[in-house]
Amino acid sequence: MLKTRVIPTLLLLGEGLVKTTGFRDPKYVGDPINAIKIFNDKEVDELILLDIAATKGAKGPAFDTIADIAGECFMPVAYGGGISTVEQMRRILGIGIEKVVINSAAIESPGLIATAAREFGSQAVVVSIDVKKTLLGRYEVRSRSGTKATKLDPVAWARQVQDMGAGEIMLTSIERDGTMRGYDLDLIGKISAATNVPVIAAGGAGKIADFGAAVASGADAVAAGAMFVFHGPHRAVLITYPSRADLKTVV
Amino acid sequence: MITIVDYGTSNLGSMSNMLRKIGYVSRIASAPEQLEDATKIILPGVGSFDAGMKKLVGSGMVPVLNRKVTEERVPTLGVCLGMHLMTRGSQEGVLPGMGWLPATTVRFDQVEQPTLRVPHMGWNQVHACKSSVVTTDMADETRFYFAHSYFVRPDNTSDILLEAQYGASRFAAALERGNIVAGQFHPEKSHRFGMWLLKNFAERF
Repeated sequence: MLKTRVIPTLLLLGEGLVKTTGFRDPKYVGDPINAIKIFNDKEVDELILLDIAATKGAKGPAFDTIADIAGECFMPVAYGGGISTVEQMRRILGIGIEKVVINSAAIESPGLIATAAREFGSQAVVVSIDVKKTLLGRYEVRSRSGTKATKLDPVAWARQVQDMGAGEIMLTSIERDGTMRGYDLDLIGKISAATNVPVIAAGGAGKIADFGAAVASGADAVAAGAMFVFHGPHRAVLITYPSRADLKTVV
Repeated sequence: MITIVDYGTSNLGSMSNMLRKIGYVSRIASAPEQLEDATKIILPGVGSFDAGMKKLVGSGMVPVLNRKVTEERVPTLGVCLGMHLMTRGSQEGVLPGMGWLPATTVRFDQVEQPTLRVPHMGWNQVHACKSSVVTTDMADETRFYFAHSYFVRPDNTSDILLEAQYGASRFAAALERGNIVAGQFHPEKSHRFGMWLLKNFAERF
Protein backbone atom coordinates (compact mmCIF):
# COMPACT_ATOMS: atom_id res chain seq x y z
CA MET A 1 0.00 0.00 0.00
CA LEU A 2 1.15 3.51 -0.76
CA LYS A 3 2.01 5.43 2.36
CA THR A 4 0.86 9.00 2.82
CA ARG A 5 3.83 11.31 2.52
CA VAL A 6 4.41 13.75 5.33
CA ILE A 7 6.57 16.51 3.91
CA PRO A 8 8.41 19.32 5.70
CA THR A 9 8.30 22.54 3.68
CA LEU A 10 11.44 24.62 4.05
CA LEU A 11 11.40 28.26 3.06
CA LEU A 12 14.66 29.68 1.83
CA LEU A 13 15.36 33.39 2.11
CA GLY A 14 18.88 34.20 1.04
CA GLU A 15 21.10 31.59 2.67
CA GLY A 16 18.83 30.92 5.64
CA LEU A 17 15.58 29.18 6.39
CA VAL A 18 12.57 31.17 7.49
CA LYS A 19 8.95 30.55 8.36
CA THR A 20 6.14 32.89 7.37
CA THR A 21 2.62 33.46 8.63
CA GLY A 22 0.04 34.14 5.95
CA PHE A 23 2.98 34.39 3.51
CA ARG A 24 4.34 37.37 5.45
CA ASP A 25 6.57 38.17 8.36
CA PRO A 26 9.42 35.69 7.74
CA LYS A 27 11.10 34.51 10.94
CA TYR A 28 14.61 33.07 10.75
CA VAL A 29 14.61 29.43 11.81
CA GLY A 30 18.10 28.25 10.99
CA ASP A 31 20.67 27.02 8.56
CA PRO A 32 19.40 24.76 5.76
CA ILE A 33 22.23 22.20 5.86
CA ASN A 34 21.79 21.73 9.60
CA ALA A 35 18.03 21.30 9.16
CA ILE A 36 18.53 18.73 6.42
CA LYS A 37 20.96 16.70 8.51
CA ILE A 38 18.26 16.50 11.18
CA PHE A 39 15.63 15.52 8.63
CA ASN A 40 17.96 12.84 7.20
CA ASP A 41 18.32 11.34 10.67
CA LYS A 42 14.58 11.41 11.14
CA GLU A 43 14.10 9.67 7.77
CA VAL A 44 11.50 12.10 6.51
CA ASP A 45 9.49 11.06 3.47
CA GLU A 46 10.34 14.01 1.27
CA LEU A 47 11.23 17.69 1.42
CA ILE A 48 9.88 20.73 -0.35
CA LEU A 49 12.30 23.63 -0.58
CA LEU A 50 10.88 26.96 -1.67
CA ASP A 51 12.92 30.11 -2.23
CA ILE A 52 10.37 32.76 -1.32
CA ALA A 53 12.33 35.71 -2.71
CA ALA A 54 13.55 34.24 -6.00
CA THR A 55 10.57 35.26 -8.12
CA LYS A 56 10.12 38.67 -6.53
CA GLY A 57 13.75 39.60 -6.93
CA ALA A 58 13.69 38.29 -10.53
CA LYS A 59 17.06 36.73 -9.83
CA GLY A 60 15.98 33.15 -10.55
CA PRO A 61 17.04 30.09 -8.56
CA ALA A 62 20.25 30.25 -6.47
CA PHE A 63 21.77 27.17 -8.09
CA ASP A 64 24.84 26.91 -5.84
CA THR A 65 22.80 27.03 -2.65
CA ILE A 66 20.32 24.50 -4.04
CA ALA A 67 23.15 22.16 -5.07
CA ASP A 68 24.71 22.35 -1.59
CA ILE A 69 21.39 21.46 -0.03
CA ALA A 70 20.54 18.71 -2.55
CA GLY A 71 23.88 17.02 -1.99
CA GLU A 72 22.99 16.47 1.66
CA CYS A 73 19.52 15.04 1.05
CA PHE A 74 18.96 11.29 1.11
CA MET A 75 15.28 11.78 0.57
CA PRO A 76 13.43 13.17 -2.44
CA VAL A 77 13.40 16.93 -2.75
CA ALA A 78 11.19 19.29 -4.70
CA TYR A 79 12.46 22.80 -5.34
CA GLY A 80 10.48 25.88 -6.23
CA GLY A 81 11.17 29.58 -6.49
CA GLY A 82 12.10 31.75 -9.44
CA ILE A 83 11.80 29.01 -12.05
CA SER A 84 10.56 30.31 -15.37
CA THR A 85 12.44 28.37 -18.07
CA VAL A 86 13.04 24.75 -19.07
CA GLU A 87 16.78 25.39 -18.92
CA GLN A 88 16.53 26.37 -15.25
CA MET A 89 14.55 23.17 -14.63
CA ARG A 90 17.16 21.07 -16.39
CA ARG A 91 19.86 22.59 -14.21
CA ILE A 92 17.90 22.02 -11.02
CA LEU A 93 17.05 18.40 -11.87
CA GLY A 94 20.70 17.87 -12.80
CA ILE A 95 21.99 18.87 -9.36
CA GLY A 96 20.07 16.18 -7.52
CA ILE A 97 16.62 17.68 -7.06
CA GLU A 98 13.80 15.29 -8.04
CA LYS A 99 11.02 17.73 -8.82
CA VAL A 100 10.58 21.29 -9.86
CA VAL A 101 7.78 23.36 -8.37
CA ILE A 102 6.33 26.09 -10.51
CA ASN A 103 3.68 28.59 -9.58
CA SER A 104 3.82 32.15 -10.95
CA ALA A 105 5.53 31.05 -14.17
CA ALA A 106 2.83 28.43 -14.78
CA ILE A 107 0.16 31.11 -14.48
CA GLU A 108 2.01 33.61 -16.62
CA SER A 109 3.00 31.10 -19.32
CA PRO A 110 0.98 27.89 -18.94
CA GLY A 111 2.77 26.30 -21.92
CA LEU A 112 5.74 25.81 -19.60
CA ILE A 113 3.90 22.97 -17.81
CA ALA A 114 3.44 20.90 -20.98
CA THR A 115 6.98 21.54 -22.15
CA ALA A 116 8.39 20.51 -18.78
CA ALA A 117 6.24 17.37 -18.60
CA ARG A 118 7.31 16.33 -22.09
CA GLU A 119 10.97 16.92 -21.35
CA PHE A 120 11.27 15.60 -17.78
CA GLY A 121 8.14 13.49 -17.27
CA SER A 122 5.09 14.48 -15.23
CA GLN A 123 6.53 12.97 -12.05
CA ALA A 124 9.10 15.78 -11.98
CA VAL A 125 6.63 18.64 -12.39
CA VAL A 126 4.76 19.98 -9.38
CA VAL A 127 2.44 22.90 -9.89
CA SER A 128 1.97 24.89 -6.73
CA ILE A 129 -1.37 26.63 -6.33
CA ASP A 130 -1.67 29.31 -3.66
CA VAL A 131 -5.25 30.06 -2.75
CA LYS A 132 -6.87 32.89 -0.80
CA LYS A 133 -10.50 33.72 -0.19
CA THR A 134 -11.76 36.95 -1.74
CA LEU A 135 -13.80 39.45 0.27
CA LEU A 136 -16.89 37.71 -1.08
CA GLY A 137 -15.67 34.39 0.28
CA ARG A 138 -14.81 32.88 -3.09
CA TYR A 139 -11.56 30.95 -3.50
CA GLU A 140 -9.07 32.62 -5.81
CA VAL A 141 -5.63 31.62 -7.07
CA ARG A 142 -2.86 34.07 -6.23
CA SER A 143 0.56 34.35 -7.82
CA ARG A 144 3.86 36.02 -6.94
CA SER A 145 4.05 34.69 -3.37
CA GLY A 146 0.40 35.47 -2.78
CA THR A 147 0.69 39.15 -3.64
CA LYS A 148 -1.10 39.13 -6.97
CA ALA A 149 -4.74 38.28 -7.59
CA THR A 150 -5.28 36.23 -10.75
CA LYS A 151 -9.06 35.80 -11.02
CA LEU A 152 -8.38 32.08 -11.61
CA ASP A 153 -10.75 29.61 -9.98
CA PRO A 154 -8.63 27.00 -8.14
CA VAL A 155 -10.74 24.05 -9.32
CA ALA A 156 -10.61 25.06 -12.97
CA TRP A 157 -6.91 25.90 -12.72
CA ALA A 158 -6.11 22.57 -11.02
CA ARG A 159 -7.87 20.68 -13.81
CA GLN A 160 -6.06 22.73 -16.39
CA VAL A 161 -2.60 22.14 -14.93
CA GLN A 162 -3.32 18.42 -14.68
CA ASP A 163 -4.40 18.32 -18.33
CA MET A 164 -1.22 20.12 -19.31
CA GLY A 165 0.89 17.46 -17.62
CA ALA A 166 1.49 18.48 -14.00
CA GLY A 167 2.31 15.32 -12.06
CA GLU A 168 1.36 16.74 -8.72
CA ILE A 169 -0.43 19.72 -7.24
CA MET A 170 0.79 21.45 -4.12
CA LEU A 171 -2.24 23.22 -2.73
CA THR A 172 -1.59 25.95 -0.18
CA SER A 173 -4.09 27.99 1.77
CA ILE A 174 -2.49 31.41 2.17
CA GLU A 175 -4.64 32.36 5.18
CA ARG A 176 -3.72 29.17 7.02
CA ASP A 177 0.04 29.38 6.33
CA GLY A 178 1.97 29.38 9.59
CA THR A 179 -1.15 29.52 11.75
CA MET A 180 -1.14 25.84 12.80
CA ARG A 181 -4.96 26.02 12.91
CA GLY A 182 -5.46 23.01 10.62
CA TYR A 183 -5.76 22.68 6.85
CA ASP A 184 -8.54 24.20 4.74
CA LEU A 185 -10.34 20.88 4.33
CA ASP A 186 -13.07 22.29 2.12
CA LEU A 187 -10.48 23.51 -0.38
CA ILE A 188 -8.62 20.18 -0.30
CA GLY A 189 -11.87 18.30 -0.92
CA LYS A 190 -12.78 20.46 -3.91
CA ILE A 191 -9.40 20.16 -5.61
CA SER A 192 -8.96 16.44 -4.92
CA ALA A 193 -12.40 15.65 -6.29
CA ALA A 194 -11.63 17.57 -9.49
CA THR A 195 -8.28 15.93 -10.25
CA ASN A 196 -6.60 12.53 -10.44
CA VAL A 197 -3.00 13.50 -9.85
CA PRO A 198 -1.62 13.50 -6.32
CA VAL A 199 -2.57 16.56 -4.27
CA ILE A 200 -0.25 17.77 -1.50
CA ALA A 201 -2.14 19.68 1.18
CA ALA A 202 -0.29 22.66 2.63
CA GLY A 203 -1.00 25.55 4.95
CA GLY A 204 -2.19 25.21 8.52
CA ALA A 205 -0.90 21.91 9.92
CA GLY A 206 -0.39 22.13 13.66
CA LYS A 207 -0.78 18.58 14.95
CA ILE A 208 -0.66 15.11 13.48
CA ALA A 209 -4.46 14.76 13.61
CA ASP A 210 -4.53 17.51 10.94
CA PHE A 211 -2.76 15.11 8.57
CA GLY A 212 -5.46 12.51 9.03
CA ALA A 213 -8.16 15.12 8.38
CA ALA A 214 -6.46 16.28 5.16
CA VAL A 215 -6.17 12.70 3.92
CA ALA A 216 -9.80 12.04 4.76
CA SER A 217 -10.66 15.10 2.64
CA GLY A 218 -8.77 13.68 -0.34
CA ALA A 219 -5.14 14.77 0.02
CA ASP A 220 -2.51 12.26 -1.08
CA ALA A 221 0.29 13.89 0.81
CA VAL A 222 0.55 16.48 3.55
CA ALA A 223 3.07 19.27 3.93
CA ALA A 224 3.83 21.28 7.05
CA GLY A 225 6.19 24.10 7.91
CA ALA A 226 5.59 25.76 11.28
CA MET A 227 4.68 22.45 12.92
CA PHE A 228 8.14 21.03 12.17
CA VAL A 229 10.18 24.10 13.09
CA PHE A 230 8.37 25.72 16.02
CA HIS A 231 7.83 24.32 19.46
CA GLY A 232 5.51 25.46 22.25
CA PRO A 233 3.29 28.50 22.66
CA HIS A 234 6.16 30.97 22.18
CA ARG A 235 7.17 29.35 18.92
CA ALA A 236 10.72 28.54 19.95
CA VAL A 237 12.69 27.17 17.03
CA LEU A 238 13.09 23.40 17.27
CA ILE A 239 13.27 21.13 14.26
CA THR A 240 11.16 18.04 14.78
CA TYR A 241 9.37 15.33 12.83
CA PRO A 242 6.83 12.88 14.25
CA SER A 243 7.85 9.28 14.75
CA ARG A 244 6.63 6.70 12.28
CA ALA A 245 4.64 5.04 15.06
CA ASP A 246 2.80 8.32 15.76
CA LEU A 247 2.19 8.98 12.08
CA LYS A 248 0.80 5.50 11.63
CA THR A 249 -2.03 6.37 13.99
CA VAL A 250 -3.39 9.02 11.61
CA VAL A 251 -2.23 8.33 8.04
CA MET B 1 35.02 0.96 -9.98
CA ILE B 2 31.28 1.54 -9.80
CA THR B 3 30.48 3.66 -12.82
CA ILE B 4 27.35 5.76 -13.12
CA VAL B 5 26.23 6.40 -16.67
CA ASP B 6 25.66 10.09 -17.31
CA TYR B 7 23.65 10.63 -20.47
CA GLY B 8 22.17 13.94 -19.43
CA THR B 9 19.45 12.97 -16.96
CA SER B 10 19.34 13.78 -13.30
CA ASN B 11 20.15 12.30 -9.93
CA LEU B 12 23.80 11.56 -10.49
CA GLY B 13 24.76 13.75 -7.54
CA SER B 14 22.43 12.00 -5.12
CA MET B 15 23.53 8.57 -6.33
CA SER B 16 27.26 9.24 -5.92
CA ASN B 17 26.64 10.97 -2.57
CA MET B 18 24.79 7.97 -1.21
CA LEU B 19 27.47 5.57 -2.46
CA ARG B 20 30.10 7.73 -0.75
CA LYS B 21 28.06 7.69 2.46
CA ILE B 22 28.12 3.87 2.48
CA GLY B 23 31.81 3.78 1.68
CA TYR B 24 32.08 3.39 -2.09
CA VAL B 25 33.85 5.62 -4.52
CA SER B 26 32.05 5.89 -7.81
CA ARG B 27 32.79 7.54 -11.11
CA ILE B 28 30.52 9.27 -13.54
CA ALA B 29 30.93 8.28 -17.19
CA SER B 30 29.73 10.59 -19.91
CA ALA B 31 31.81 9.17 -22.79
CA PRO B 32 32.30 5.59 -24.08
CA GLU B 33 35.95 5.26 -23.03
CA GLN B 34 35.04 6.10 -19.42
CA LEU B 35 33.01 2.88 -19.26
CA GLU B 36 35.86 0.58 -20.27
CA ASP B 37 37.10 -0.36 -16.80
CA ALA B 38 33.73 -0.32 -15.07
CA THR B 39 33.38 -3.22 -12.65
CA LYS B 40 29.77 -2.31 -11.87
CA ILE B 41 27.45 -0.09 -13.85
CA ILE B 42 24.53 2.02 -12.68
CA LEU B 43 22.12 3.29 -15.32
CA PRO B 44 19.98 5.95 -13.63
CA GLY B 45 17.41 8.12 -15.30
CA VAL B 46 14.49 10.42 -14.88
CA GLY B 47 12.20 11.70 -17.57
CA SER B 48 10.28 10.40 -20.51
CA PHE B 49 11.29 7.27 -22.42
CA ASP B 50 12.05 8.69 -25.86
CA ALA B 51 13.87 11.73 -24.48
CA GLY B 52 16.04 9.39 -22.37
CA MET B 53 16.68 6.94 -25.20
CA LYS B 54 17.65 9.75 -27.57
CA LYS B 55 20.10 11.11 -25.03
CA LEU B 56 21.59 7.69 -24.37
CA VAL B 57 22.10 7.10 -28.09
CA GLY B 58 23.41 10.64 -28.49
CA SER B 59 26.00 10.06 -25.75
CA GLY B 60 27.73 7.48 -27.97
CA MET B 61 27.80 5.00 -25.08
CA VAL B 62 25.26 2.49 -26.43
CA PRO B 63 27.72 0.15 -28.23
CA VAL B 64 30.07 -0.14 -25.27
CA LEU B 65 27.14 -0.51 -22.85
CA ASN B 66 25.75 -3.33 -24.99
CA ARG B 67 29.12 -5.09 -24.91
CA LYS B 68 29.66 -4.54 -21.19
CA VAL B 69 26.20 -5.67 -20.19
CA THR B 70 25.42 -8.50 -22.62
CA GLU B 71 28.87 -9.92 -23.46
CA GLU B 72 31.14 -9.11 -20.52
CA ARG B 73 28.17 -9.46 -18.18
CA VAL B 74 29.24 -6.65 -15.88
CA PRO B 75 26.83 -6.39 -12.89
CA THR B 76 24.44 -3.59 -13.79
CA LEU B 77 21.77 -1.71 -11.87
CA GLY B 78 19.01 0.18 -13.65
CA VAL B 79 17.03 2.80 -11.76
CA CYS B 80 13.59 4.16 -12.70
CA LEU B 81 13.82 5.36 -16.32
CA GLY B 82 17.13 3.46 -16.50
CA MET B 83 15.12 0.30 -15.77
CA HIS B 84 12.62 1.18 -18.51
CA LEU B 85 15.42 1.76 -21.04
CA MET B 86 16.64 -1.81 -20.38
CA THR B 87 13.37 -3.20 -21.79
CA ARG B 88 12.31 -3.65 -25.42
CA GLY B 89 10.26 -0.47 -25.38
CA SER B 90 7.62 1.56 -23.60
CA GLN B 91 4.05 2.67 -24.09
CA GLU B 92 5.42 6.10 -23.26
CA GLY B 93 7.35 6.35 -26.51
CA VAL B 94 8.02 4.91 -29.94
CA LEU B 95 11.76 4.30 -29.81
CA PRO B 96 13.09 0.80 -29.12
CA GLY B 97 14.80 0.26 -25.76
CA MET B 98 18.11 -1.51 -25.14
CA GLY B 99 16.34 -4.87 -24.97
CA TRP B 100 18.53 -6.29 -22.20
CA LEU B 101 15.48 -7.41 -20.28
CA PRO B 102 12.74 -9.54 -21.88
CA ALA B 103 10.08 -7.09 -20.80
CA THR B 104 8.02 -4.12 -21.88
CA THR B 105 7.20 -0.87 -20.11
CA VAL B 106 3.51 -0.11 -19.65
CA ARG B 107 1.39 2.61 -18.05
CA PHE B 108 -0.73 2.30 -14.93
CA ASP B 109 -4.24 1.61 -16.13
CA GLN B 110 -6.56 4.54 -15.46
CA VAL B 111 -9.24 3.08 -17.74
CA GLU B 112 -9.97 0.10 -15.50
CA GLN B 113 -9.16 2.19 -12.44
CA PRO B 114 -10.39 5.73 -13.16
CA THR B 115 -9.82 6.90 -9.60
CA LEU B 116 -6.19 5.75 -9.50
CA ARG B 117 -3.93 8.77 -9.15
CA VAL B 118 -1.03 8.63 -11.56
CA PRO B 119 1.94 9.18 -11.20
CA HIS B 120 2.42 6.65 -8.43
CA MET B 121 4.24 9.01 -6.14
CA GLY B 122 5.68 8.32 -2.74
CA TRP B 123 6.83 5.60 -0.39
CA ASN B 124 5.57 2.12 -0.91
CA GLN B 125 6.31 -1.15 0.77
CA VAL B 126 7.94 -3.90 -1.30
CA HIS B 127 7.67 -7.65 -0.99
CA ALA B 128 10.35 -10.14 -1.98
CA CYS B 129 9.35 -12.62 -4.70
CA LYS B 130 12.60 -14.57 -4.69
CA SER B 131 15.83 -14.60 -2.78
CA SER B 132 18.82 -12.72 -4.06
CA VAL B 133 22.12 -11.36 -2.80
CA VAL B 134 20.74 -7.90 -3.56
CA THR B 135 18.04 -8.33 -0.93
CA THR B 136 20.23 -9.95 1.73
CA ASP B 137 19.02 -9.10 5.24
CA MET B 138 15.86 -7.40 4.07
CA ALA B 139 14.08 -5.63 6.93
CA ASP B 140 10.39 -5.95 7.70
CA GLU B 141 8.38 -3.19 6.08
CA THR B 142 11.11 -2.30 3.65
CA ARG B 143 9.93 0.70 1.68
CA PHE B 144 11.20 2.78 -1.19
CA TYR B 145 10.45 6.07 -2.85
CA PHE B 146 8.63 5.80 -6.19
CA ALA B 147 7.79 8.51 -8.72
CA HIS B 148 6.54 7.05 -12.00
CA SER B 149 3.59 6.62 -14.34
CA TYR B 150 4.98 3.58 -16.17
CA PHE B 151 6.29 0.28 -14.88
CA VAL B 152 8.02 -2.78 -16.31
CA ARG B 153 6.13 -5.94 -17.14
CA PRO B 154 8.54 -8.86 -17.62
CA ASP B 155 7.82 -11.80 -19.95
CA ASN B 156 8.88 -14.17 -17.16
CA THR B 157 7.48 -13.57 -13.70
CA SER B 158 10.52 -15.45 -12.38
CA ASP B 159 12.53 -12.29 -13.11
CA ILE B 160 10.55 -10.34 -10.49
CA LEU B 161 12.66 -9.68 -7.42
CA LEU B 162 10.45 -7.24 -5.51
CA GLU B 163 6.81 -6.51 -5.96
CA ALA B 164 4.67 -3.57 -4.82
CA GLN B 165 1.00 -2.80 -4.98
CA TYR B 166 -0.63 0.35 -6.24
CA GLY B 167 -4.39 0.46 -6.53
CA ALA B 168 -5.39 -2.89 -7.96
CA SER B 169 -2.06 -3.22 -9.76
CA ARG B 170 0.69 -5.41 -8.43
CA PHE B 171 3.77 -4.42 -10.32
CA ALA B 172 7.46 -5.25 -10.47
CA ALA B 173 9.27 -2.91 -8.10
CA ALA B 174 12.54 -4.64 -9.01
CA LEU B 175 13.69 -7.27 -11.48
CA GLU B 176 16.74 -9.47 -11.37
CA ARG B 177 17.93 -11.45 -14.36
CA GLY B 178 21.50 -12.67 -14.77
CA ASN B 179 23.87 -9.77 -14.29
CA ILE B 180 21.08 -7.19 -14.29
CA VAL B 181 19.11 -5.85 -11.38
CA ALA B 182 16.68 -3.03 -11.99
CA GLY B 183 14.54 -1.01 -9.62
CA GLN B 184 11.51 1.11 -10.35
CA PHE B 185 12.11 3.11 -7.16
CA HIS B 186 14.89 5.53 -6.31
CA PRO B 187 17.35 3.91 -3.88
CA GLU B 188 19.40 7.12 -3.84
CA LYS B 189 16.38 8.89 -2.32
CA SER B 190 15.20 6.12 -0.01
CA HIS B 191 17.55 6.87 2.92
CA ARG B 192 18.14 3.78 5.11
CA PHE B 193 16.51 1.37 2.64
CA GLY B 194 18.34 2.77 -0.36
CA MET B 195 21.67 2.51 1.47
CA TRP B 196 20.92 -1.10 2.31
CA LEU B 197 20.10 -2.01 -1.31
CA LEU B 198 23.04 -0.13 -2.83
CA LYS B 199 25.39 -1.71 -0.30
CA ASN B 200 24.20 -5.16 -1.29
CA PHE B 201 24.59 -4.30 -4.96
CA ALA B 202 28.08 -2.91 -4.39
CA GLU B 203 29.25 -5.67 -2.06
CA ARG B 204 27.55 -8.83 -3.19
CA PHE B 205 26.03 -8.63 -6.66
